[in-house]
Amino acid sequence: MTGPADPGGVTGLRRFRPAGVRDRNGGHRSTLIALGSTVVVFGLLLAVVLNSPGWPLIQKSFLNATYLADSWPRQLEAIGTNVQLFLMAEVIILPAALLIAVLRSLPGPAFFPVRLLAVLYTDFFRGVPGVLVIFVLGFGMPLLGLPGVPIDAFFWGVVSLVLIYSAYVSEVYRAGIESVHPSQEAAARSLGLSRAQALRHVVLPQAVRRVIPPLLNDFIGLQKDTALVSFIGVAEVFRQAQIDEFASFNFTPYLATAALFLLLTVPLARLTDWLTARSRQRQLGGFAR
Amino acid sequence: MTPRGSNSTEVVRVEGLHKSFGKLEVLTGIDLAVAEHEVICLIGASGSGKSTLLRCINLLEPIQAGRILLDGEEITARGVDVNRVRRRIGIVFQAFNLFTHLSVLDNVTLAPRRVLKEPSRQAVAKATELLERFGLADKRHEFPDRLSGGQQQRVAIVRALAMRPDLMLLDEITSALDPELVAEVLNVVRELAAGGMTMIIATHEMGFARDIAHRVCFLDGGRILEEGSPDRIFREPTEPRTRQFLDRVIAAGRLDPTWPPC
Repeated sequence: MTGPADPGGVTGLRRFRPAGVRDRNGGHRSTLIALGSTVVVFGLLLAVVLNSPGWPLIQKSFLNATYLADSWPRQLEAIGTNVQLFLMAEVIILPAALLIAVLRSLPGPAFFPVRLLAVLYTDFFRGVPGVLVIFVLGFGMPLLGLPGVPIDAFFWGVVSLVLIYSAYVSEVYRAGIESVHPSQEAAARSLGLSRAQALRHVVLPQAVRRVIPPLLNDFIGLQKDTALVSFIGVAEVFRQAQIDEFASFNFTPYLATAALFLLLTVPLARLTDWLTARSRQRQLGGFAR
Repeated sequence: MTPRGSNSTEVVRVEGLHKSFGKLEVLTGIDLAVAEHEVICLIGASGSGKSTLLRCINLLEPIQAGRILLDGEEITARGVDVNRVRRRIGIVFQAFNLFTHLSVLDNVTLAPRRVLKEPSRQAVAKATELLERFGLADKRHEFPDRLSGGQQQRVAIVRALAMRPDLMLLDEITSALDPELVAEVLNVVRELAAGGMTMIIATHEMGFARDIAHRVCFLDGGRILEEGSPDRIFREPTEPRTRQFLDRVIAAGRLDPTWPPC
């Protein structure tokens, strides 16, 4: 790929230039313009904030270096729990959501109950606020007191995230399945492949490839939503920030939390952008795969 | 051309076939028998039912009445394993329908490996041989979107042939091609005919139909209105509708009325 490094097209430098063409002088000039206008815009914003009447108070309660240094090591440790939550949920969501999407696209009257269940499931878990699911499962299930039912909040946190996100992700998969032209399946069936074989070898590989960017987008959401599990007492990073805040009456720990989440989500966001741009180029230019 | 013996075996028999899409009747009673090594060309206006007939024979469309027999076995009966039937019938579509996520070689070997359970090495060897035969060996690692329309359609033919079908159905396979790419595809079909492949070909290429067909069927309003040798159908059609259709084709410059020079 040619052109200046501009992941995500933030500066818009690459936008109007045909792929592969590099205008040396023009590229240099537009970099300068981008730099200049950035300095002006951000400078103005900063001036407004710094001159606001409440700025000293904000500084004191949100930007305190002492509290930051105090809270940072504990938070760094706690975010490991978020990463665990995310990875465990993710590993289950990917196949579970695919299964739900496939069940929902089964044809014929015999599969009506299966389709109905899949629809009810996705409607329910997409329609209910995630934090409610976490509350009900996290506090309710251990209360049942049934032998064999775990009482661990972390466990129910993962289960809740899986239930919520599988509903979203299955819809992404389904969009991918429906975007594969029926003639592809007809071609597979005409060669003697069964329905299942056509799905496995022809429809799904094309469907999944097409939805990788939106899938990653949902996983950025999942990374952030691991913080919701703090409500049922899992000692993850947001919980840790709360504890530190209650101890000091200072909000600076939340700033550290925000920074940690950005460290997790921004790389994934850039990866998503890069994959989206690549798949668009393939569609336009027919790059070899 | 392979001469047709009087005692040749019958590959396909279609009896009283009716097919509708909702209220629209597309096929209104088709009777057709095709012998081994025979090449049948279906001609007729768009919407006359040519493609639908081919899709019905391959069981891609459910039918409303009538029956279809393959080598004497009724394939439209209840409880027939459609996958077993389709293995024996190759179909090539107007729009190629190659698997876009697979290389040429994988397109050709997918069904032999998954359906016939051929070992990968054997499937690849056979596919390579077929691709070589049709001048596509150097394209075997390309993806379909890197090929010309003519090359894609030749790959689609090879993909169907890799299942060693008893019967090939060709559904207007040159209609989506640029004019200069038509010949390379038709030459492949000629080679298949010379090799004795039984084929039913829906086509708008009248000159080609006249060259290759043992028998031409003119479809009109969902039935076979007239059938016979290409010579008779193209020179002395008896039905006014056939004549009307051929006159329009000649007016469009798609058929040379003076053929063959005599």
